[in-house]
Amino acid sequence: MLKPLDENTGYGLGRRPIFPLDACNVGFSDGGRQLLDRVSLTLTQGLKTVIMGANGAGKSLLMRVLHGLVKPEVGAVLWARVPADAEVMSRQAMVFQKPSLLRRSAEGNIQFVLGHLNRSEAESRTREILERAGLSAVARTPARLLSGGEQQRLAVARALALEPDILFLDEPCASLDPASTMAVEEMIETAHQTGTKIVLVTHDIGQARRLADEIVFMSGGRIAEHTAARQFFDGPVSAAARDYLAGRLHVPGYSAGT
Amino acid sequence: MTDPASIFLLAMGLVTSGNPELYGIIWLSLRVSLTAVAISCLIGLPLGAALAVVTFPGRGAVIAVLNAFMGLPPVVVGLVVYLLLSRSGPFGVLGLLYTPTAMIIAQALLVTPLIAALARQSLADLHLEYDELFRSLRLGATDKIAALIWDGRYSLSTVALAGFGRAIAEVGAVIIVGGNIEHVTRVMTTAIALETSKGDLALALALGLILVGLAVAVNVAVLSLNRAAKRLAYA
Ligand SMILES: Nc1ncnc2c1ncn2[C@@H]1O[C@H](COP(=O)(O)OP(=O)(O)OP(=O)(O)O)[C@@H](O)[C@H]1O
Ligand SMILES: [Mg+2]
Repeated sequence: MLKPLDENTGYGLGRRPIFPLDACNVGFSDGGRQLLDRVSLTLTQGLKTVIMGANGAGKSLLMRVLHGLVKPEVGAVLWARVPADAEVMSRQAMVFQKPSLLRRSAEGNIQFVLGHLNRSEAESRTREILERAGLSAVARTPARLLSGGEQQRLAVARALALEPDILFLDEPCASLDPASTMAVEEMIETAHQTGTKIVLVTHDIGQARRLADEIVFMSGGRIAEHTAARQFFDGPVSAAARDYLAGRLHVPGYSAGT
Repeated sequence: MTDPASIFLLAMGLVTSGNPELYGIIWLSLRVSLTAVAISCLIGLPLGAALAVVTFPGRGAVIAVLNAFMGLPPVVVGLVVYLLLSRSGPFGVLGLLYTPTAMIIAQALLVTPLIAALARQSLADLHLEYDELFRSLRLGATDKIAALIWDGRYSLSTVALAGFGRAIAEVGAVIIVGGNIEHVTRVMTTAIALETSKGDLALALALGLILVGLAVAVNVAVLSLNRAAKRLAYA
């Protein structure tokens, strides 16, 4: 499980580094609406990054751009200063906000992404992963018959089965009960400790406090704030972030209670 | 002699008599149409899946042609295959005309566009749902096609059975390329056509009833498969 870590750089041995991950002046618009507005962002390997922001702020879109699913209209995404190639692509995984599970059993969904392993390896890896996700009892159940929370956990488990160097998680705990949320957070923490870079979107402030090393706060397609987590929760700089944390709807140019 | 009750009795009598000629005809019908559908699935399902997955210039035109070919007239297909297989045709040396093989070829040509078009339709919806996952996993086209066919297998079985329904029911193609030769190329539909032309309407109707029975059996299979599909996968 544990990836061999190069002592000096922290990068996996024998693989070229892919960090830092840079979004350079990324822009994306649709019908005149600027959905991503000159977003520049540098993500380093060791930190768990949590992206926050109101609905429609562009969090999911930014993750898609970083993951290479959406091509930005302007700007570029660079991995260790160069655009992604097939190898860099294959070292990423993403859990979507609306995860799509294959019409197969839970274990079938895991095995699907383990095509590079031989059969017995894939089977034992699958068993181990389902065990960690607390899904052993439903291994043979068709994925789409699982409860909403179980489906979410399966989606996270499937992404982790890829052993990615970077994992994008788009609200992976959105419909989970507290115990399942803890289980997923543990899975994320374990992945982090074995060298996987975590980039997570959440609206759960408690979860952000528990997991985040740094916060990227988005508002209206821009990055309003990119700071260490402690600093962010102690005293957000941007008005948008202050409104968000206080549970107020943010109206640009107007700041309540200041 | 053509009142419904006596037709039904005649049909029942034929089926229960174990008449070897009748069973030979039923068996040949099933063999020809099932083989044709199997071949059509081997070609049509990957073709339909590929059209659901891969985008290329002219794809819309290909799909339009395929959709139009769903309704190919069997006699036209029969005529084309006849010309290809006749002694002076390009494949004349194979001596396939008036054999079950010729009938299989004709029905496969007839059914393949139907299967490909219906498969594309049902897999396009599935692909829409899987697209981001597939792209996130950086799957190649072949892997995508294989995954779609496997995950869509229940609805594709309905597609295959629709193809079977069209094959087993058509008469125009098999009569031209098969020739309705007794014990060799006579199938249910050509037998019905023959008895009708001989004026034995009662026997023709009884055979028709048996053919409808086969079709109903096929439909029952479709429905139960669909129900199994819903229970198993489409929660
Ligand atoms: N590929 C796209 N093409 C056009 N518009 C898009 C695209 N992706 C997202 N959008 C639009 O961009 C805006 C931001 O969407 P996004 O999904 O990134 O929001 P979000 O911050 O993730 O919100 P939520 O918290 O509700 O998930 C939305 O108005 C959405 O309609
Ligand atoms: Mg989102």
